[in-house]
Amino acid sequence: MTLVVDNLTVRFGGVVSLNAMTAEFPAGTCGLIGPNGAGKTTFFNVISGFVTPSSGTVTIDDTDLLSMPSFRRARWGLRRTFQTEQAIEGLTVFDNVATVYEHSGVGSRVNRRAAVMSALEFVGLADVADEHVRTLAAKERRFIEVARAVVGIPKVVMLDEPAAGLPDEETEELQVIIRAIPDRTGATVILVDHDMALVQACCTYTAVLDFGRLIASGPTAQVLRDEHVMAAYIGVDDVVTGAGVEQ
Amino acid sequence: MSTATANAGISARPNLKTMLGHLTGQRWFKPATVGLVLLIALVVIPAWFDSFWISNFTQMALYAPLAASAGMLYGRVGLVSLGQVAPYGIGTWVTIRLAFATTIPYPLLVLIGGLVAALLGVLIGLPALRVSGLYLALVTLMLAAGMEVILGEIKFPNGGKGFKGLVKSLNDIKALRRPSFATTDVGYYRFIVVGSFLLLMVAAAMLARKPGRAWASIRQSEAAALSAGIHVTRYKMLAFALASFMAGVAGGLFAGTVRKGMQIDAFNRQSAIFLIAVTIMGGIYSLWGGVLGAFFATCLLKFLTQNVAGHQFWTRFSLSLFGFGLLTNLIQSTKAAEKKGVAA
Repeated sequence: MTLVVDNLTVRFGGVVSLNAMTAEFPAGTCGLIGPNGAGKTTFFNVISGFVTPSSGTVTIDDTDLLSMPSFRRARWGLRRTFQTEQAIEGLTVFDNVATVYEHSGVGSRVNRRAAVMSALEFVGLADVADEHVRTLAAKERRFIEVARAVVGIPKVVMLDEPAAGLPDEETEELQVIIRAIPDRTGATVILVDHDMALVQACCTYTAVLDFGRLIASGPTAQVLRDEHVMAAYIGVDDVVTGAGVEQ
Repeated sequence: MSTATANAGISARPNLKTMLGHLTGQRWFKPATVGLVLLIALVVIPAWFDSFWISNFTQMALYAPLAASAGMLYGRVGLVSLGQVAPYGIGTWVTIRLAFATTIPYPLLVLIGGLVAALLGVLIGLPALRVSGLYLALVTLMLAAGMEVILGEIKFPNGGKGFKGLVKSLNDIKALRRPSFATTDVGYYRFIVVGSFLLLMVAAAMLARKPGRAWASIRQSEAAALSAGIHVTRYKMLAFALASFMAGVAGGLFAGTVRKGMQIDAFNRQSAIFLIAVTIMGGIYSLWGGVLGAFFATCLLKFLTQNVAGHQFWTRFSLSLFGFGLLTNLIQSTKAAEKKGVAA
């Protein structure tokens, strides 16, 4: 399933966060990279329904995503994680995942437990299913979010900097999980992260945003060598863009 | 998948234990605790205390679901409502009116009072829920003030005819009936204890199920809740409806304690503020907090003013202790929130 973004523009007052963004995210895992402030999270927020674009469409399989209210998109199969991790503090690990399962309304109640446990096993948290989230470490909370994103029948999974704050060996664990998401769910995965090693390892296809514009897209290795991309990240001679690498 | 071994300890359906767990704060739940409290409330207290204290424990039993309803909205859903006295008043009024007008059994009347309160709570809550945080607190406080004005105007029925049910002459004032099985003060006290316990159980059951999980999500982040497919507005309404129902039923139970000449004191703005103060002091994260808050508001306050004070100054001083307790509580929770790195 290919996610097609056509001419998407988002304005906050005079600031143009997304400027006529046009891109296609093919099935599998796609990277979406760009310097801070490039519009990556804004793009996720448009797809989630938190931000209304001034123009443009987002379609997948002829479904117009933007026409649905936020919570209906989850029922359709849209999942996301947040830059600041949002595992629900007041619930157990099991209930965290169960909440998404029961509210996304895909499966029957009978299968709930099996579906939730399977998602928890997928991220390696099955043995802490009964624990309260507040007792867990940062990595586990991150992984709960991933389990929330893969439970049920997701069609599009958006991961917003899932590796932020994780040490290298935990990022590697995360990498294995992310790479397995398309096979497990059949969903199109869009990964936003500043960790280029992670993006390179997970994504066959990558799109690059800079100042709300799509400046490059294509096979990951090729995109990362692109001179516009290098310029956006490292800056050209006199650093006119003002957008240096901040990670 | 080897789920069978991994989740041996997990139940897919919330059982009685997890349900009751919400009464005590999940980690500390012991079924025996709830049983013990019920035993004390139903057997020990009536056997031990005189009618003066029975009336105070009656107030406490009434206040518990009311405080728990406000605490649940705040602690579990993240909605600050200062207006819980409004559905409380609606429940009282409807129960009294129907008790005079019909022969419906009292427990059913109380239920109807709760349902009417829930319905009106939802209707009023619908526009109120468009705002949040401090604004919601202000709007709900104004609701309480509005209810005070309305109740002050239409007054409580006292056995007369017409919509208001007011008598023409003071001599005609009738006493409100009580359930046939609970006509004495002690009997009515037990009736209230059972009613309040059932209310807390309803709340516990909701908290342990799908609505409870949705509320926990909403409290943490509406964006995350929406992304999980939660119909945020609908679940906020449900929380409002449940809280209004609890307050409404408590109001209906309250009606039978006064019987003649119900005043609006229990439903004014001052009561509204007092309610949220003791609720926060009692604790808003478990339903037990409501019971504890109710204890502060009734028995403890009475004990202080009766035995320690006995002078106008000391009575006032006892009341000001609640302000002190509330401030301490808020300061501590702010500090705890800062430690955790979240905004209070």
